Amino acid sequence: MTTLEIKNLQVSVETEDSAKEILKGVDLTINSGETHAIMGPNGSGKSTLAYAIAGHPKYTVTGGQVLLDGEDVLAMGVDERAQAGLFLAMQYPVEVPGVTVSNFLRTAKTSIDGEAPKLRHWVKDVKVAMESLRMDPAFAERNVNEGFSGGEKKRHEILQMELIEPKIAILDETDSGLDVDALKVVSEGVNRVKDKTGLGVMLITHYTRILRYIQPDYVHVFVNGRVAESGGRDLADRLEEEGYDRFLTAGV
Amino acid sequence: MSLLVDDKTHQDPQAQIGGDHRIPDQSRAARTRSFDVDAFGVPTGREEEWRFTPVDRLAGLFSDTATDDRAGDAAAEFAVRASEEVSVATLAPGQAPRGTVLVPEDRGAAVASANTPEALHLAIAADAELAQPVRVDVAGRGAGRRSNAHVVLEAGAHSKALVILDHTGAADHTGNLEVLVGDGADVTVVSLQRWDDEALHLAQHEALVGRDAKYKHIAVSIGGGIVRMNSNVRYAGPGGDATLLGVYFADAGQHLEHRSFVDHNAPRCTSLVTYKGALQGDTARTVWVGDVLIRAEAEGIDTYELNRNLVLTDGARADSVPNLEIETGDIAGAGHASSTGRFDDEQLFYLMSRGITEDEARRLVVRGFFADIVAKIGVPEVVETLMTAIEEELSLTMGRTPAA
Ligand SMILES: Nc1ncnc2c1ncn2[C@@H]1O[C@H](COP(=O)(O)OP(=O)(O)OP(=O)(O)O)[C@@H](O)[C@H]1O
Ligand SMILES: [Mg+2]
Repeated sequence: MTTLEIKNLQVSVETEDSAKEILKGVDLTINSGETHAIMGPNGSGKSTLAYAIAGHPKYTVTGGQVLLDGEDVLAMGVDERAQAGLFLAMQYPVEVPGVTVSNFLRTAKTSIDGEAPKLRHWVKDVKVAMESLRMDPAFAERNVNEGFSGGEKKRHEILQMELIEPKIAILDETDSGLDVDALKVVSEGVNRVKDKTGLGVMLITHYTRILRYIQPDYVHVFVNGRVAESGGRDLADRLEEEGYDRFLTAGV
Repeated sequence: MSLLVDDKTHQDPQAQIGGDHRIPDQSRAARTRSFDVDAFGVPTGREEEWRFTPVDRLAGLFSDTATDDRAGDAAAEFAVRASEEVSVATLAPGQAPRGTVLVPEDRGAAVASANTPEALHLAIAADAELAQPVRVDVAGRGAGRRSNAHVVLEAGAHSKALVILDHTGAADHTGNLEVLVGDGADVTVVSLQRWDDEALHLAQHEALVGRDAKYKHIAVSIGGGIVRMNSNVRYAGPGGDATLLGVYFADAGQHLEHRSFVDHNAPRCTSLVTYKGALQGDTARTVWVGDVLIRAEAEGIDTYELNRNLVLTDGARADSVPNLEIETGDIAGAGHASSTGRFDDEQLFYLMSRGITEDEARRLVVRGFFADIVAKIGVPEVVETLMTAIEEELSLTMGRTPAA
């Protein structure tokens, strides 16, 4: 049982001339096995929340806490956060020229586990995971994200998650840019990991369609750098019908 | 998010201002070529072709001085290892084929030529396919000691050979290499610069590529205080294929300069020039100047040149200058690309967010940067030497802050 606690988190980003405050006190707790959907308008700070938790150097935490089973996540380096069990599936995964997917996956797995995976099992695990995400085996020898289509990049993120087996995963718009089949395949991947390891999920999305495949336990409306309202699945449906107007006017 | 943010090629402010320092542009073909040392003045650094080089540290190599060999103590030890299909002899100045391909193009090369009474002559019999590389190990026996060298490599028609020149130790070394690639031959020359820090090295490597022949020149520069290598190619007939590769890794205090010149003087030939380098540490300095001349008679040729530099820390500087002169429109292709980029923090973040430590992530990125050129080298033992050297270089900077 793992708990990720985000307490009154405030984050700013360095711009050319000043620091811009983006997160204005976020409170959220995610336990193992739970799925929290985060929905909110463009620019409300969802990716900022994800990056800040992962430790991206561009974002400065100006207040609040992030705790993973009581441990101070904000005091950890980027690699240590991942080693502690956090995973971020990025909205815009980065290309790494000259580094093959297979080398990258093995290096990541070794770093997370503290020892190299047993070769025979590992090769099989990678193969099975790629098959179930309907990824061509040729991807293993391609360079990380280089020339991948939008949907291929997202599958590659979920592939990493399946193999790394984190405790808590943040999926930042993993559903964006996926066609209907890919959405199903990727959702199944997330559900597989949830079933197998009891993964806790923060699912950032603009669309309810992914929530047909991945059942959210909670839905949070994210507006202007904080959680404006929380509810169950039905809140998502309401948002889809009504949009964010209600929160935007109330928030001013 | 790519590794290489295309930076503008560094512009020398002097060149932009004009005035005294500006040497007028001239065709690459118009450069002085002579065996006479005095045909070349001592470079001042204001000449177009010397403007990047710290010439003040090269006075010793510009002086018309004999090799500093002492009784039982050569300035640089030459060890040649070759199989029986290779004849090993010497050539006096003017004794063909010496001087038929390489005519010095700068003072360093003229000094080397004039002060090498006996050039090493390696001749590979026609049709011979060498199973083992020919090796010439050059071991400098002391910083500041003058050493002049000239090697003539003559590969007979349809022969196939790999020749490795390996420079270690320290000396003030001027070294010429003259390569005759016979018709249909397939020759790879590797020049490894693994010098100690105090070594200074000027080189002109000049090749004439026969009809339908293949020539690959690979410069690997890791060690040495100053290394300045010219790798030049001309063709003796149509159908020739030249690949000029270079990999360099400069640390604080090092100046590694590579210049290539492909003279497309025959029809239907191809050339591919690829140089990649990494720099780290204060005052680490690299220069690449890639000249390609496509003469009127060079119809149907195809050429591409590329240089990429990866700056790992602040204080290092890479210059990159591609020059393409085209005198005929009737070609299959001609292109160039050049860029200098800083270490990409987004890549570092991505890798680290998967639990990979910063040191390991930096290693992955740098190895990845060199991966394509390493694949092009295709000589396992050279690749191994290179990768080991890169690992050693990287272990020096681990824990330092990356370039901002
Ligand atoms: N480097 C930066 N410089 C300036 N502003 C930034 C920077 N990074 C983020 N921002 C701003 O912070 C705000 C929040 O951005 P963020 O990417 O977190 O939004 P989001 O909720 O993920 O939006 P979307 O739904 O479009 O993905 C935006 O207004 C954005 O422009
Ligand atoms: Mg976003």
